[in-house]
Amino acid sequence: MKAIELSRALGWELVCGDGEREIAGGVYCCDLLSIVMGRAPADCLWVTVMGNVNAAAVATLCDAACVVVAERMPVDDETLAGAKKGDVTVFKSEKPVFETALAAAKLLGLA
Amino acid sequence: MNQSGLHYHYDVPGDDFSQAGAASSAVKQILKQLGLDPQVVRNMSIALYEGEINMVIHAGGGVIDVDIDDEKITAVLTDHGPGIENVELAMQDGWSTATEQVRGLGFGAGMGLPNMKKYSDDLKIDTEVGVGTTVTITVNL
Ligand SMILES: Nc1ncnc2c1ncn2[C@@H]1O[C@H](COP(=O)(O)OP(=O)(O)O)[C@@H](O)[C@H]1O
Ligand SMILES: [Mg+2]
Repeated sequence: MKAIELSRALGWELVCGDGEREIAGGVYCCDLLSIVMGRAPADCLWVTVMGNVNAAAVATLCDAACVVVAERMPVDDETLAGAKKGDVTVFKSEKPVFETALAAAKLLGLA
Repeated sequence: MNQSGLHYHYDVPGDDFSQAGAASSAVKQILKQLGLDPQVVRNMSIALYEGEINMVIHAGGGVIDVDIDDEKITAVLTDHGPGIENVELAMQDGWSTATEQVRGLGFGAGMGLPNMKKYSDDLKIDTEVGVGTTVTITVNL
């Protein structure tokens, strides 16, 4: 399923990007960027509360299909600029990390 | 392949966390445009990013030189920071001297060097306390 389809079904707000990438790497949750960097699968949907500019860089470099910033955490302009530059799609979810990830996993047939 | 002898140089400022990762992102873009295997691109991007972050958070910045030839990508990261006292210890999962401020940004999990080892084909660390550190990351094509 494409990220944008999932986001529509789950009511996430599109913050930047087009969400056209296929989520082929499952759902991954973590906030510590070094761990994300080493362990997040390519093409995953990454759920985090870390909406800072470094998160945009990590998403780009580890090749996540999209980032979902949970808990309505702020995504600042710097982060947006970084995400745009790295061609990363960012969504915002109202819900906590677990609920966000669980809902996504269900729709993807993973839970 | 007609891409031998490509060389790129980057300055990594030491005081700007928001810029951290700029060089790695630029390199990733180049590798992608060269049409290299996505796995190779990803491996180099991850290893280089960890090295770049380390230069920013531990060493006050430095320079990165990337060479691409027919067989491999080599990134040399040079800094004049404090050096690493015990490399064996530093290589261990979770070992870190990062400050609280750095941890607050999501770094300092002590996973950087282990990640660099995992994602590169060869990792070489030359370091001298009080002089600086040179890290060489090689990823084979
Ligand atoms: N370029 C460097 N200059 C000085 N010390 C470094 C450098 N790179 C790594 N280190 C030391 O090695 C430790 C482990 O590095 P790393 O595995 O990347 O974890 P982290 O960066 O999360 O602390 C660091 O905490 C630091 O003490
Ligand atoms: Mg590190």
